Amino acid sequence: MKHHLIPRVVSKLVIPPILLFALYVQFHGDFGPGGGFQAGVIFGAGFILYALLYGVENAQRVAPPAVIRVLVALGLLLFAVVGVFGVLLGGNYLDYNVLAHDPVHGQHYGIILVELGVGITVAAVMMTVFFAFAGRGR
Amino acid sequence: MLAGIYSLLTAGLFVVLDAVDVAFTEAAVGGGISTVLLLGTLALTGDTAKPKQGRWRLALPVVLITGGALIYGTLDMPRYGDPEAPIHKHVVPRYIEESPKETGLPNIVTSILASYRGYDTMGEVTVIFTAGIGVMVLLGAATRRRRKPDDEGGDT
Repeated sequence: MKHHLIPRVVSKLVIPPILLFALYVQFHGDFGPGGGFQAGVIFGAGFILYALLYGVENAQRVAPPAVIRVLVALGLLLFAVVGVFGVLLGGNYLDYNVLAHDPVHGQHYGIILVELGVGITVAAVMMTVFFAFAGRGR
Repeated sequence: MLAGIYSLLTAGLFVVLDAVDVAFTEAAVGGGISTVLLLGTLALTGDTAKPKQGRWRLALPVVLITGGALIYGTLDMPRYGDPEAPIHKHVVPRYIEESPKETGLPNIVTSILASYRGYDTMGEVTVIFTAGIGVMVLLGAATRRRRKPDDEGGDT
């Protein structure tokens, strides 16, 4: 799509807000609508738009497949490790009340970390799937 | 293309139903990523299909019976917005009253998904993880770098 001038110019304007909006949905998801899954999907969609217009090679220079493969597992591990921390600090698995002195704060930390894990895994999986499809044709 | 338009319309419908979280997901996944993946698949595969004779004789009754059963199942669902519906009677009042105090979050959806139903959400993330691994294995994204160039495409 090298010669499609209008999509390229518009996407240059639109992609940074998309990524910023994904981060907003990620970290503001406990107050407004949104959460890890939505944020991950929006982030992945922004990268996919970039890869569609500027080529998979350029997108993979920003997000190398090796790093993304690690991130796929890292998000899920973050989720599981937060649960294990709950056990180590004397609660049940995935019990966030014990993560801080105040149960409400503990819940807050736990939810933010868990949502971050969800977001990382979802975004990485979306990019991996797209790169796998796009890399197949070459 | 139709699937993308359908997803966008569904996302609008979810906004009308005050399910903004679901609308986000539908717009991004259904309208964006899956449309792109569908088009990518179309670009990878050939543009001619093997003509199949007589398949629809079996398929049409199956589709009709399944669709009829699904519509029959919706007949005794409670009316939309009915306060007496079972879903509003069970655990929902407790979540609405207690979750802001217990988790300190104004968004009840997030507190239910991440805290009360943390196991379920972790299972969902595991499903996504497994799906990603499956695509990597099937489409060879994981081994692409290590293969020799002359091996490429030998398995098609």
